[in-house]
Amino acid sequence: MSASTDSRPTTGGHRKGFFDTPSPADGTGYDADHPPRMGFFTDTSVCIGCKACEVACKEWNMVPATGEMDLTGTSYDNSSMLGASTWRHVAFVEQPVPQRAPVGLGMPGIGPGPAPAATPGGGGGCGSGGGCGSGGGSSSGGLPPVADMGDFDVLSSLEGTATDPGSLPAPSAGAGEQGPSGSPEGVRWLMASDVCKHCTNAACLDVCPTGALFRTEFGTVVVQDDVCNGCGYCIPACPYGVIGKRESTGRAHKCTLCYDRLGEGMTPACAKACPTESIQFGPVDELRRRADERLAVLQEKGEPKAQLYGHDTEDGVGGDGAFFLLLDDPEVYGLPPDPVVTTRDLPDMWKHAAMAAGTMLGALALSFLGARR
Amino acid sequence: MPDSAGEPRDGAAPAPGEGPTPDRGERHGWDQLTTTPSEQGTLTGGPQDRGRPGASRRRRRGAEELMVPEAEFQSYYGRQVIHTPTWKVPDVPLYLYLGGLAGSSSVIGALADATGRPVLRRTARLAGSIGSIGSVVALIHDLGMPSRFLNMLRVFKVTSPLSVGSWILSPYSAFAGVAAAAEVGGPLLASGRLPRLAPLLPLVGPVGRASGVAAAVLGPPLATYTAVLIADTAVPTWHESYPELPFVFAGSGMAAAGGLGMIAAPVHEAGPARRAAVAGAALELGLSHRMEHRTGLVGEPYKIGRQGRWLKAAKALTAVGAVGALFAGRSRAVGVASGLALNAGSLLTRFGVFEAGMASARDPKYTVVPQRERLEARRRAQAEAAAAAEGQDAGRVGSAA
Repeated sequence: MSASTDSRPTTGGHRKGFFDTPSPADGTGYDADHPPRMGFFTDTSVCIGCKACEVACKEWNMVPATGEMDLTGTSYDNSSMLGASTWRHVAFVEQPVPQRAPVGLGMPGIGPGPAPAATPGGGGGCGSGGGCGSGGGSSSGGLPPVADMGDFDVLSSLEGTATDPGSLPAPSAGAGEQGPSGSPEGVRWLMASDVCKHCTNAACLDVCPTGALFRTEFGTVVVQDDVCNGCGYCIPACPYGVIGKRESTGRAHKCTLCYDRLGEGMTPACAKACPTESIQFGPVDELRRRADERLAVLQEKGEPKAQLYGHDTEDGVGGDGAFFLLLDDPEVYGLPPDPVVTTRDLPDMWKHAAMAAGTMLGALALSFLGARR
Repeated sequence: MPDSAGEPRDGAAPAPGEGPTPDRGERHGWDQLTTTPSEQGTLTGGPQDRGRPGASRRRRRGAEELMVPEAEFQSYYGRQVIHTPTWKVPDVPLYLYLGGLAGSSSVIGALADATGRPVLRRTARLAGSIGSIGSVVALIHDLGMPSRFLNMLRVFKVTSPLSVGSWILSPYSAFAGVAAAAEVGGPLLASGRLPRLAPLLPLVGPVGRASGVAAAVLGPPLATYTAVLIADTAVPTWHESYPELPFVFAGSGMAAAGGLGMIAAPVHEAGPARRAAVAGAALELGLSHRMEHRTGLVGEPYKIGRQGRWLKAAKALTAVGAVGALFAGRSRAVGVASGLALNAGSLLTRFGVFEAGMASARDPKYTVVPQRERLEARRRAQAEAAAAAEGQDAGRVGSAA
């Protein structure tokens, strides 16, 4: 990160907090020909919970470890939630669901234990990219089509030059072929890689008193390490619980959407490392189209609660630069169901504070006028 | 539903700080290894007890002090959604108290100056200065990088209450400091112990007065902006309280400053301080009551837990202090006791409000339930609007036919 303090507009971005505009980098001091808004579309229906994104992010951004093993004891989740040193977080949700008969989808068999006879070579359509999750399950079929995790090398993957940000690689055929979630055992696993949403109306950026947080030319939100003084205001301001304060530095840190890589025309580390293309990177407009298509496919396949999260430009934060396709309600993944940028109410707050200040002044003046002594 | 397997565990939460555990009935393999004795404890249900992911809609039983029926909601293993503020205790609640005390005191000081009440003036000016120095120290101590305090002043952002606050606090501190210096310096110069500085003596009064007035102008914003500071967050209890919170803080500051005047100034000078204290206490008590009841579920943290006890005590102390202030015109001792009660009440109000917000951040209930209700209401309204539009269309088609 070499964002220089002086060359970046640090005050322009906050204006956007009050007004909903779909292109957050517009009018923040950049030339009119700044790049399009870039973001992530995280399709959780193909996430296999491999955590390659978490690792790639830590490696590339040199984010320190958070502690020892950090096991939560509730699932395979060991990073709990996003924070100063967790810029990607893979949630693991183990849910009881009604048992259902396996449906043949032509998927390679990866189900746990002996696959039900109904599906030749397949263990049923587990919701999340075939990660049906019983740790001891023996593989009864081929490997997942997109990547062989055994040979997967995060670093070498990162070294590759990325595609031009404007052109997106088409998702491999296999990634789009998941079916209704659920398993013969009556349990399903949902996995989702969470990240900073890079809100259109970003509360963290609005409330930052130093201008350390700023809007990049890609429409993303980044902290300047050399300006932040660790006041911590952005931390409770974030409606998603993303940004955090790191004890070792005393400052706030969060996902930069790999600002440095974007500047070189490269794909962010997490998206580059994702073996199933659950994390897709590109211009937000293009990603939104893709998300709509993917949602239609899942709904057609009978995924009743499949929903997009953060894609709606009319929502409380004006839409997210990083949005998601979820298979259940957002709160199940630890996401707020209806987040609102706190500064939306700020004009009204100032009005109330001014009235209260006036009340105080008036009441004190009256206390003196009330009597001679 | 395997949910029933978890029922016996209701009301028996894991130790604080420990994650929730899956239902015993569903445990196998690796999960069994993570069982610890503390999981089988019988602590009162905490937030972690609820909200296994997915179908974990269930009620918490056996919880004490529950004022609102337990809400049903889904969460990710009972984990909080937003981050708990990293602001330190006692730095920040103390800052809230000192800001209110100092801001009100400066107004009292300027008015005492104008109405010829020298002891009340001196008390108020010193309180303004000491309060602002304390505020600055608390604020800087709370920074992750105190050496970068001045970065607060490299921009002015109306969207950042802390930026606005820094720009209020900095000049306020300077003016309050000069006013206090005049208060201390006047007698010192008059005593003749500093003969070289004696020519400055005629300046002391006017400079002190002008600075005092400037501080009095900045005082009320200093006392009330802190309410915006904490309300302008995603912390549910603070945010939802924003209409009343500035008035609560204004009242609390007036009660504290009035109380201080009653403690330090003689009875015959302290009349305005007594009235300010009563008015402030009434404002604080009235608006606190409204705030705690209007906010519904997210106001629950005001009533439960240790912060609930603090706020109860704060109300009692404030009420007692206000009643005492009504009678303090006859006795200095009553005035001192009332002033102490009012200041203790003000301090407890700030700590209580602060802790209530922290508690609301830690429990996903306060984040998820109101948002889910809002979302469902919006969807219902949209569905109804769509149905109404359809009905109209059908009506038109019908009438056309």
